[in-house]
Amino acid sequence: MSETPILQIENLGHSYGRYLVIRDISLAVAPGELTALIGPNGAGKTTFYNAVSGHFRPTRGRVHFNGRDITGVPAHKLVPMGLLRSFQITNIFPNLTVMENILVPLVLHHRKGFAFLPSLRRKKKLYREAEEVLDKVGILSSAYRLANELPYGDKRLVEMAIVLARNPKLVMLDEPTAGMNPEETERMIHLIKELATRFGTTFFLTEHDMKVVFSVASMIYVLHQGVLLAQGDKEAIRANTAVREAYLGGSARD
Amino acid sequence: MADTKRMQTVAGIILVFILFLTGPFILPVYWTMILTEILIMGLLAMSFNLLFGYTGLLSFGQAGFFGVGAYATALFLSKGGNSLFVSLVAALGAGAVAALVIGFLCVRRDEIYFAMITLGFGMMLYTVAHNWLSLTGGSDGLPLLNVPALNLLGREFSLFDPNVMYLFVLTVTALCIFFLWRVVRSPFGLMLTAIRENKQRLAFVGAGVQHLRLAAFVIAGALAGMAGGLFCLFNAMATPDILHWGFSSRPVLMTVLGGSGIFFGPLFGAAIFFGLEQLITSMTENWMIFLGIILVPVVIFFPHGILGTLMDWMRTRTKRAP
Repeated sequence: MSETPILQIENLGHSYGRYLVIRDISLAVAPGELTALIGPNGAGKTTFYNAVSGHFRPTRGRVHFNGRDITGVPAHKLVPMGLLRSFQITNIFPNLTVMENILVPLVLHHRKGFAFLPSLRRKKKLYREAEEVLDKVGILSSAYRLANELPYGDKRLVEMAIVLARNPKLVMLDEPTAGMNPEETERMIHLIKELATRFGTTFFLTEHDMKVVFSVASMIYVLHQGVLLAQGDKEAIRANTAVREAYLGGSARD
Repeated sequence: MADTKRMQTVAGIILVFILFLTGPFILPVYWTMILTEILIMGLLAMSFNLLFGYTGLLSFGQAGFFGVGAYATALFLSKGGNSLFVSLVAALGAGAVAALVIGFLCVRRDEIYFAMITLGFGMMLYTVAHNWLSLTGGSDGLPLLNVPALNLLGREFSLFDPNVMYLFVLTVTALCIFFLWRVVRSPFGLMLTAIRENKQRLAFVGAGVQHLRLAAFVIAGALAGMAGGLFCLFNAMATPDILHWGFSSRPVLMTVLGGSGIFFGPLFGAAIFFGLEQLITSMTENWMIFLGIILVPVVIFFPHGILGTLMDWMRTRTKRAP
């Protein structure tokens, strides 16, 4: 671990009024390492995500991204640096075509957001790039359908493609397989692994589904009542008695 | 296939434009003047639709920029200005500047809050126009004593001739509409629809949503100002009632009638609005009741507006055809 961590968090804490939701969270993510944050409902996972990804400024602690202090930097400024996130609820542009969904981040990526006279249709390069991204996640065949009309699992893939189009260094996924059927979950797991190995994208994810976490993540952090309870690889987490009691309900099988 | 569809659209637009061009040669003068008003109000409604239909922002102050444009033209021409071109550039510029200042404060808020702030500024502009007697002439308005003639190929055409006025308004509106057409089909246009669809997602892929909104607000304000300038030339005066918030409801009604988010919807809505007004006021003076009777089912049963519904209907028909 001599490399600078891509994400380093020091003593992160956040409170809503007097209610302290997360506290003293410190962790470091090495580039390329698939990291997961798990914890029961209400453990503070989403608060953690929002504090790191620029949704709001955390009340305590620092966040470093690639060695730069990004504490409290708003989301749209983190994106050009390479930090992107997805949401627990599918977050796409519903009444645009799948292609347009991907063109949106690509236009921004090429700093063409304010180009109000050239025709978008003539920007063949953008369309080619969008096709590449759609091909990466495997929904190229739906390119000209309305995003809203796709099956649920494909919508989540659209969201993944939106994120990938900005060429991120670190992607924070908030429950990427929530609500998916087993097949869709399988496809998503496969995709995340493939993207991580083939393109070197670093993924950080939260998950409810233990199977997903254990099959994807090489480093796991356990959040419980706002503090980190344990960390380690899957064997370490499985063996940890505190985790079993808090999260797995003492009945971690398989 | 997409190309033939595009060709059809372009052909359709050219056809409609030619129909508009023949207007003054086949219609009585009275209807030519109604058509002029339809074009001007249609442009105002289309500027509103850039905000409402494309960006998802309900602006209730669009009449404010229309009025600012009208007064800019009136002031320029009544203070000795003698260029038609400059008088309209003044209207465009005044609309843009007013929208930049007001928009700076509006675009931070969404939905009803945005609507209320724009409404509030619209009311302020109305009061200024109504009460600043020395500048605006108060409720009497600012009459144009002199409208410069249109100079074309060494010949002069008077804008007091309704047919000349119509063709002049048609040309300017067509240029503005062409500009809008480019805007909604540009990368920036895609950003605007993305704001309407999901502004949070847009911010989380790196867009400064407020700056984009402000840019849309300024473009819409400039075009509304231009429409106001034309309206001032058409009526040979600027009056405070066109800044009134009641006037702002007109582009809203026209857009909803014709179809919001449909490019030509507001223009179509303006045509229906004036057509109905003419038709019904010849029978009863309570024409607004009938407007309401038509508007309510349109909103309930045809959320895409009348033009939008017609287009949907044509699309399904061509799909079914072998």
